[in-house]
Amino acid sequence: MAGLSFDLIALQLFAGLALGAIYVLFAIGLSLIFGMLTVVNFAHGAFYMVGAYVGLYLISIGGNFWICLVAVPIAIGLFGLAVERVLIRPLYGRGIDYPLLLTFGLSYVMVECVRIAFGKTGYPFDTPEVLQGAVDIGVGYFPLYRLFVIGATAVVLLALWLFLEKTSFGLIIRAGARDPQIVRVLGVDVSKVWLIVFGIGTAIAGFAGLLAAPLQGVIPEMGGTILAEAFVVTVVGGMGSIGGAVLAGLLVGVVVSMTSLFAPEMAKVSIFALMAVVLIVRPQGFFGRAGLMS
Amino acid sequence: MTETTQSIKQPGAATGGWYEFATRHRASIVAAIILVFPLVMPFTALAVNILIYGLYALGFNLVFGYLGLLSFGHAALFGTGAYLCGIAIVHFGWPWYAAIAVGVGGGLLMALLIGVLAIRTRGIYFAMVTMALSQCVYYLFYQAVDLTGGENGLRGINVRNIDLFGLRIDFINPIVRYYVIAAFVIAAFVVMSRILASPFGAVIEAVRENEKRARASGYDVTLTRLLTFVLSGGFCGLAGALQALHLSIVPIEILHYETSGLVVMIALLGGMGTFFGPMIGAAVFLVLENVVSVWTVHWQLIVGAIFIACVLFFPAGIWGTLVARGRR
Repeated sequence: MAGLSFDLIALQLFAGLALGAIYVLFAIGLSLIFGMLTVVNFAHGAFYMVGAYVGLYLISIGGNFWICLVAVPIAIGLFGLAVERVLIRPLYGRGIDYPLLLTFGLSYVMVECVRIAFGKTGYPFDTPEVLQGAVDIGVGYFPLYRLFVIGATAVVLLALWLFLEKTSFGLIIRAGARDPQIVRVLGVDVSKVWLIVFGIGTAIAGFAGLLAAPLQGVIPEMGGTILAEAFVVTVVGGMGSIGGAVLAGLLVGVVVSMTSLFAPEMAKVSIFALMAVVLIVRPQGFFGRAGLMS
Repeated sequence: MTETTQSIKQPGAATGGWYEFATRHRASIVAAIILVFPLVMPFTALAVNILIYGLYALGFNLVFGYLGLLSFGHAALFGTGAYLCGIAIVHFGWPWYAAIAVGVGGGLLMALLIGVLAIRTRGIYFAMVTMALSQCVYYLFYQAVDLTGGENGLRGINVRNIDLFGLRIDFINPIVRYYVIAAFVIAAFVVMSRILASPFGAVIEAVRENEKRARASGYDVTLTRLLTFVLSGGFCGLAGALQALHLSIVPIEILHYETSGLVVMIALLGGMGTFFGPMIGAAVFLVLENVVSVWTVHWQLIVGAIFIACVLFFPAGIWGTLVARGRR
């Protein structure tokens, strides 16, 4: 490959990591919810999209990006709590397909409501002033905002890890993921745990939508595309595995970014090719338990 | 979903008279209804749409209702059938019947490709993998601009006349067009009825009811799943090809995942795993869309709400609920 320097590839690798960071955030929420509730949240993309729109709204009424970083996950998380409590809870024990179908219907309602409130066309989303510009990262200049995305993702992951591994509530969540029956026998209100996990998962989705907004703008359909791609991430990483979601999310980001450097027209297709290879070689994904696929 | 479908074929269960009659003559009943349908449905274009989406849902229901796998990638099968039929006419100048055959073949082939990969997963993963793969198909057709027209869709699929054994039929005439398409749809329903009544049909349902027992009885579960998925692709490919002839254009949205979601809704609304469900679902859904679109542009909101209500309160669908009532 003449004309392609090491620096260019390294820069593209970093761009891939920033893109991957969004996938990671999206997919860990999806994975967390599935691992606990065995619910595949087809409305996850809609929560992500609403997150971006709530950010847009807050800024339009005079808020700033930093307030959004706190307010958006809280707002979307509360909305997620309500959705779990009202719509998803009646479906537990009625077969694994029903929550999936319900959240699919919900995504239609959410997307259409946003269209009614904000219109069908998209909006640009300004990068906060402090984060504009580029910094020298040794191999060349890299947009500061993308570095921020990588950093913010790392912070969320660290916080989630501490929460799950070091708090007693995290212990209950992990135990509930392994065997909800025993946890219930031990006197824990599992339905409350599920409620909170759904809230956390959707809150992270809203946060991811907000982070992605300055990179690609906001549009009501933005959740649909990333949903299909996040499915690739969860299949590659292993469903229900948070470590798998992190590794696979970054990998998918880098694969997209690298193919758009060498063969731009194949960038969108490449990640599905990756999924096909993983399905043939290792159907359970990187960190999936072998039996879980059945 | 098994509770709803299980009750339908219980041998020896006391069955209501009308229900037994409906089951025995299911293909004839569908044929009769389709033949008189234009008399009660004033808009032939809508009636043709109902036929085509009913056929699409029939193919989907084979996998969803009878095999028990939820596929979110059927748009790829429907869309491939439509595109290949259109490409055969526009780029190769093939006659209409050859183009329909190409469309069916395309549906079968695409189902084989997707099926081989997706069948390696089960349960909830099947929905995710099929959706991801159909998204991949969307991008591939989107980028093959020379063949598919890309974003603008494939235009110029003009079939004016149909030659049938020396008889020249005017395909532009809406009522004629309806009956030509109806002939294919009725044939598909007859074939589907035969498949379901065959020993292979029994194996399909056995795999849904109890995979381990089916395997222990000596049936190849994986092969059954793949074959059923491929067969479903044939039906959806035919529906797609008819859609291409009907619209004389193939929009790229036909491959969008909302087209996959649409058929899930139609099947659920009508009653999954029932023979009449897909057609009833398509009729109710499309008529409702037509009516609602008159007074609001936010049809999607209603669709979503109906769908949520269906999942929460009527998981057996319209026909499934009727059957449950009739049997009591």
